[in-house]
Order: sequence, then C-alpha cells, then structure tokens
Amino acid sequence: MSEKKQQVSRRQFLNYTLTGVGGFMAAGMLAPMVRFAIDPVLQPAAQGNYQAVAQLDEITNEPQRFDWTMDQVDGWYESTVTKSAWVYRNDNDEIIALSPVCKHLGCFVSWAGSEDYPDQFFCPCHDGRYFKDGENVPGTPPAAPLDEYEFKTEEGTLYLGKAKPKGGVI
Amino acid sequence: MLQKIYDWVDERVDITPLWRDIADHEVPEHVNPAHNFSAFVYCFGGLTFFVTVIQILSGMFLTMYYVPDIENAWRSVYYLQTQVAHGQIVRGMHHWGASVVIVMLFLHTLRVFFQGAYKKPRELNWIVGVLIFFIMLGLGLTGYLLPWDNKAYFATVVTLEIAEGIPYIGEMTKTLLAGHPEIVGAQTLTRFFAIHVFFLPAALFALMAVHFILIRKQGISGPM
Repeated sequence: MSEKKQQVSRRQFLNYTLTGVGGFMAAGMLAPMVRFAIDPVLQPAAQGNYQAVAQLDEITNEPQRFDWTMDQVDGWYESTVTKSAWVYRNDNDEIIALSPVCKHLGCFVSWAGSEDYPDQFFCPCHDGRYFKDGENVPGTPPAAPLDEYEFKTEEGTLYLGKAKPKGGVI
Repeated sequence: MLQKIYDWVDERVDITPLWRDIADHEVPEHVNPAHNFSAFVYCFGGLTFFVTVIQILSGMFLTMYYVPDIENAWRSVYYLQTQVAHGQIVRGMHHWGASVVIVMLFLHTLRVFFQGAYKKPRELNWIVGVLIFFIMLGLGLTGYLLPWDNKAYFATVVTLEIAEGIPYIGEMTKTLLAGHPEIVGAQTLTRFFAIHVFFLPAALFALMAVHFILIRKQGISGPM
C-alpha cells in the first residue's frame, strides 16, 4: 500500500468517526429537549373570540371604559381575566373601540387621565398621550396609534374581538 | 473556520494545555474493550457519568414547566406530559434515567469491589464514591415526591415515618425534612424541590470533581 493512496489518515478517520458518533448521540439526546423547550413558540396563534362588551345605547361620544371578563387558559392554569376597551362614537357616528395598552411600553392609558389634557388619552408611566381618535401625540413617547379592536354589533350589543394595530404614521 | 477561531483564542490565552490535561492521557491496555472484551466492566463509571449528564439536562428542561406547589405541581406535570411536544420523552428520560443511574452506579461499585480497586492508595476515592452513591439515592428520594401524585405522596409519608424512627432525633429529623411536624404538604414539596435541584446537585458536582481528579491523579488500578 503506497503512501499516496492513503487520502484519509488513520487519525483523521478516527477523528471523523468519533465526532460523528458523538454528535449523533448528543443530537439524539438534545433534540427532544430542545423541541420541548421551544414548544410555546410553535403553537398556533390563538383565535380571538368575540366577547359581548356593552349595549349600543350605552355608547356616547365621550370615550368610556368598558370591562369584560373572559376565561383564559395559561398552560395548566385556568383563570378569568378582565379586559378593557375605551369605546365611543366618533363624529360620523361610527363606533371606535380602542385598546388601553400604551404603544410605548405597555402600560394602561386612560381618557382624560391627566388634568392638563382632558381631551386626550394619557399614560401615567412616561406621560405618553393620544388624541381622541387614538393617534399618538407627536413629541410624546409612543411611536404608534393605539390598537383598535375588531368589533361587530348584534341585537343592540357590541362584541369585541382582537385588538389590531392601526398602522398609522410613526 | 472553527480552526481559525480556535487558533485566534489559543494564540491569546493558550488554551491547548488546558484541554490537553483533560483529554490527553493513556488508556492502559487492560481497560480497553477493543483489546479484551471483558474490559467492558470498566465502562460502568463512564456510563454513570453519561446518564448523570442526561439527568442534569433533562431536569433543567423539565423545570421550564414544573411548578413546586401543591396546587399546580401535578397539573404542570400532567400538562407537560400531555400537551407539550416531546414532554413524554423528556420526562421519560428523567424518570428512567433515575433508575438507570442507580443501576450503573451499582455495577461500577461491584467492579471496583470485586477487582479490589478500592485498596491503597485509592481508599479515599472509594469513600467519595460511596458519598456520591448516597447523594444519588437522595436525589431519587426527593425527586420521587415532585410529581405530587398519590404514589409520590405516600412514598414520602413512608420516608418520613422511617426518618421518625431514628432514636432521639427522629422527630426533629422528620420536621426538618417535611417542614412541618404533622403535615406533609406545601412546605414539604418546596423543601424537597430545593434539595432536589440545588443542594444535592451542588454536592454531587463537588464530589464528582473530587472523584475525577483523584482517579486522574492516581491512575486506573492495574490488571488483576
């Protein structure tokens, strides 16, 4: 056997085999664990069910806060959580249902939450403000308008679905 | 690419001697199963270590879902078994591995015993090994309670009754383990959890380090 024909040395061969077998064993061990750990990321997005929130005749031109409760399943823990929306009729008599979650860092905004701005939504965390239509006031921390709930009306009742970003200007 | 990264680090901090010290050592002929197959008995120590690594990894992943609380412990285990992908496999690895590690440990002990490998100068390492065995039993005992099902609960009731049987300090020992003089409950579960995932593993790592340093220092005992 000539030296030239030996393309892979004995040492290399053993290195490759051991690395391969070792890698295979490590992968076989880790694959289920990694899949187990990343399971939450791979879950399908939850369907937003419409929830009865308010009677239509309760809704005025002034934003009002409506709370409703829904059952939430969080892994092994089931509970009832309270959700809120700021709902009003705009000048065209259309219903607007805004999410109270501030687009800056997720605190809760209130209509007329600051005495200085009685006709705006106000976030107490970093003084973020929004106009009545949900548009963020330029120069305050939020970079986007408040999310708007999908809604439908049936027999005089307002049902809210998921809050969707309005995608306005930044 | 990898070679380049390695060279870059090695050039600066000289890591080659570090892993050479760990990886580069002669394996005597009499412990090499390729040379004489009956030498497979020398594998049990390494297999114990291998299964221990599996236990540590699978245990780490299990704590992503497990809650050590009497209201939620069983439910979280049930959830990870039935709802989470590969939950059965990961818990299965931890469940069966717990038994396999004891078996491997026992076989390793038998080999060392019947070959007389524990004799001078290796008595100290035998003692460390026995301590590791007790730690492993402790891990098995404390881990058994964590699913908080009927089997777990009554096994722990029995354990605590046995502990209570110790003369003079029995009642104190039981209270210390259970966290309450009478109730086997919330405080018992958190205690066992803490012991299972922090205290015993810490002791195990320390003892394993000593075990491995000693065997490297003293070398494997000669052929029979």
